[in-house]
Amino acid sequence: MVKGDETKSKRPAPAAEQEEFEETPLRTAIWTYLGYAILILFGHFRDFLRDWGIEKTKFKRETGMQGFVPLFADFEAFYTRNLYMRIRDCWNRPISSVPGSHFDVLERATDDYNWNFRMTGRKIPLLNLGSYNYLGFAQNEGPCADAAAQAIREYGVASASSRTELGTSELHVKLEKLVAEFLGKEDAVVVGMGFATNSTIIPILCGKGSLVISDELNHASLVLGCRLSGASIQVFKHNDIEALERLLKRAVVEGQPRTHRPWKKIVIVVEGIYSMEGSIFRLPELIALKKKYKAYLWLDEAHSVGALGAHGRGVTEFHNVDPADVDIMMGTFTKSFGSAGGYCAGSKEIINHMRTHAHSSFHATSMSAPVAQQIISSMTVIMGRDGTDDGQRRIAQLADNARFFRTELKKMGFIVYGNDASPIVPLMIFQASKIAAFSRECLKRGVGIVVVGFPATPIITSRARFCLSASHTREDLEKALAVISEVGNLLGMKVSQKTPSRDYVLRR
Amino acid sequence: MNNSISHLCFFQSLPLIILKLDATQTHRVYYCCCIIVLTLHFPPPLRLTQRMSAADADMVAQLSLLEIANLLLAKLLSYVPSLPSHGPIFELLHHAFYEAPAYHLILEGLLVLSILWLVVRKSDKSKDKGPKLTAKEVEEIIAEWQPEPLVPVSGPEPVVVPVVQGPAAAFVQIDGQKKINLASFNFLNFVGNKKVEDAAVTSLKKYGVGSCGPRGFYGTIDVHLELESKLAKFTQTEEAVLYSYAFSTVASVIPAYSKRGDILFVDEAISFPLAQGVLASRSTVKYFKHNDMADLERLLIEQQREDAKLAKKAKLSRRFVVVEGLYANTAEIAPLKRLVELKWQYKVRIMLDETFSFGVLGDHGRGITEHFGISPEDIDIMTSSLEHAVGSIGGFSYGKTFVMDHQRLSSQGYCFSASLPPLLASAALCALEAMEKSPDMFTTLRSRSKAIHAKLSTALGRHLVVSGDASAPMKFLTVKQTKGRAADEALLDLIVSKANDKNVVLTRARYIEDYERVQRPPAIRIALNIGHSEGEVENAIRDIAAAADEAAKAHSS
Repeated sequence: MVKGDETKSKRPAPAAEQEEFEETPLRTAIWTYLGYAILILFGHFRDFLRDWGIEKTKFKRETGMQGFVPLFADFEAFYTRNLYMRIRDCWNRPISSVPGSHFDVLERATDDYNWNFRMTGRKIPLLNLGSYNYLGFAQNEGPCADAAAQAIREYGVASASSRTELGTSELHVKLEKLVAEFLGKEDAVVVGMGFATNSTIIPILCGKGSLVISDELNHASLVLGCRLSGASIQVFKHNDIEALERLLKRAVVEGQPRTHRPWKKIVIVVEGIYSMEGSIFRLPELIALKKKYKAYLWLDEAHSVGALGAHGRGVTEFHNVDPADVDIMMGTFTKSFGSAGGYCAGSKEIINHMRTHAHSSFHATSMSAPVAQQIISSMTVIMGRDGTDDGQRRIAQLADNARFFRTELKKMGFIVYGNDASPIVPLMIFQASKIAAFSRECLKRGVGIVVVGFPATPIITSRARFCLSASHTREDLEKALAVISEVGNLLGMKVSQKTPSRDYVLRR
Repeated sequence: MNNSISHLCFFQSLPLIILKLDATQTHRVYYCCCIIVLTLHFPPPLRLTQRMSAADADMVAQLSLLEIANLLLAKLLSYVPSLPSHGPIFELLHHAFYEAPAYHLILEGLLVLSILWLVVRKSDKSKDKGPKLTAKEVEEIIAEWQPEPLVPVSGPEPVVVPVVQGPAAAFVQIDGQKKINLASFNFLNFVGNKKVEDAAVTSLKKYGVGSCGPRGFYGTIDVHLELESKLAKFTQTEEAVLYSYAFSTVASVIPAYSKRGDILFVDEAISFPLAQGVLASRSTVKYFKHNDMADLERLLIEQQREDAKLAKKAKLSRRFVVVEGLYANTAEIAPLKRLVELKWQYKVRIMLDETFSFGVLGDHGRGITEHFGISPEDIDIMTSSLEHAVGSIGGFSYGKTFVMDHQRLSSQGYCFSASLPPLLASAALCALEAMEKSPDMFTTLRSRSKAIHAKLSTALGRHLVVSGDASAPMKFLTVKQTKGRAADEALLDLIVSKANDKNVVLTRARYIEDYERVQRPPAIRIALNIGHSEGEVENAIRDIAAAADEAAKAHSS
């Protein structure tokens, strides 16, 4: 449930890479809880005022539905009304350009404390540290964009049919071959949406009598897919191999609960890079366990494909693991490839089974042509088949950017989670009130960042999340670091006890 | 002095508690709070320390909480008259018990108990309750266990699907041959439309292909907002919420509103994505016969009776009727008028999926509400797709702002997925503008559908049955004299392939047989396109009839 503390002594760091989750300082933890307590008390107080008509109610109420059971329970709305609404401007900021290294955010103003926004018409140019544009393929010009435009001319925008009816075009066939080749697997299927890849394909691999063992921090789509499958689900602590082994051992030895029949099969579901933690799964140890206990492995590489490994092949290449040891390699094209959709790669039989059974093959429209072409183009570049070293350069730049940025943040005395090699860098904010402050202050200084709080994270570990990109130059990052440091000082966020920063010590 | 000692006690006991337990942060903070309160609630001994010698005070300072607890026990024992009691520690505890107010003791007692409870509960959970086996036995069991293969070893080979060269427009190219397309849901001929493609290219030149993030994290692009407000205006509702894939739209919207304990009344012919949404909601599901309002009413009356028995529970469980405007599986139109009557009579909300009716039914293509002249306000939650009549990718949900806004924080497919690629949003916008500008396309489509329904029935009447509403732009052709599922499928496949030889592209309606709740009869599904001229369609129908004749002959011999 709470991640901030799972770390300390129990988990030996992988030899090659440092992965850390510094303990939340007790003082910070107490302040954070206190902050929420005040917010909640104040929220109740204002609700009381609203109920008595002293404060004007700004939220809509449902009218004309007498006798119906209310659509939302009131306590569900409490959090939205009294906490989220105060800082709503930190999310859903509309942009008006390509989400590259810089983007234009449309300025929104509010006359009623975030209940309604209006556009001022002004565009704010920002340095983009929020988009998943790892290899910098979010581009509106250059060979990839030209090829995508050509694809629109040649193949149209969409197909209005599913893959098993009339939705398969030459592009899909070409793309699937290329994906399989890129990942070193026999075959692959592609789906028009990353979320739907998980939620429509996992259910056809396991069902009643099977066991799914899932990391506690798995993405919502994985959780949904597992739930729709009807299999039993057990959850283990994030990235905790010992906990996983305990579960596996018990599952094999004891079988199903009550009846003690052996499980039909066990599927382990994990991600490569965790998008909120910046951690990389300990794959080699997982593979050893999977072999010992004969479990199957579904590896979601939504964030790691393209972003990790010397050739961008993802977490298997990063850990030097044979892709053949991973039964299903799933991933998305939204991030590193600057496109949309998802894939599953595996052995011929597995992919055939998906083609003949996956919900998405039958009841979802096939992938749009320009989207498919963008993936083909960017993957070709990554593989170096365009005859340039552009792909390699991007991969190297991303790795370099990630290391530099993370190291600098740590030096400044921030608490930063995750693996040194991860292009996702979560910086701990902790206190609820600082979520908005940090985001707004960075915006003021020309840096667009993503902040995340409860319920997307545990209540205490609110964070800012930076996504680095190969399109960031060193100057971009230096500018961002200066801004973050300044805002960090302003908000007293440099609370790491490992390397107390000079500023922080001085301030005390 | 007081403070320093209470702090000492606090800090001494803290590591003891923290190190001992594999606790979560929440627990730890809770323990700490308990301990703070505990130490602060020990005023008598602290006062006492002022009278103590320096050595005694040191000794007290050295005590950890557990030691104090031991001493407490000893003190309790000391109340047994025969035991001697003397020394500064006993004096300290004596004061703690006799000079502290009673509520202090009760409060502290409760705190101690609650800590104990937490500790015990935690360790209870981690205890292995399995049968006691030796390590060797465990190893043997692990070595012996053989799981089922991940996928069936000899699963069916994938159906050979036609690979389209170029756009899947009104006419498609397959194997180098130009063929008339009666398979894809391109009712309004927006796939292959030059203007739509231009809009997409312009958008691509501005925004690139992917949006590189979910709506919350800079994945909201101005075209998304524009498309949402255009959709709301088009459907005459307050708000529309855009999704990046039609499948995930319906499958996410249902569970966003209906939770465990709520009740769904579901038409048994609903399409697969809706069924996934129903499944994901974990609500109680009651199926009624396809389009049978009497059957639905029977269920609603039954529910009323149950509610009367459990009035308290009934007040909390939301009820929804889940229907489609134009059913994907049957091409029938839902009796919406009666549904709305039932809604107000029995206080059930309506979830309406307009995947196939949007852009098809109604004089302005607004869907089934317009078709029946019902105000969209009467329907609580509507979903639809941009992948069918609109010819792009994506889905959307629309209705009142009060209802829709909830999805922006609670719908999984909306919150946890990258947003729609902006070029696809621009393509949809362009198509919507065309729909607004020339609403005659809807009347053409409908009159065409009716005419073709009659023509198909006469031309194919010998072998096949045409089903579906006459005004629906898709028709299901099923085998007239069924000879069992496998034989029917083979016959239909043969018709499809013979028609393909005559340059007419048809498709069988494909279902995932192992996963559909209700088996649908094997069928060929014809989808019309206003891009075909009447003559072209008539030729196609003649070809299909010829293909059916040939196939039937070949099949029976």
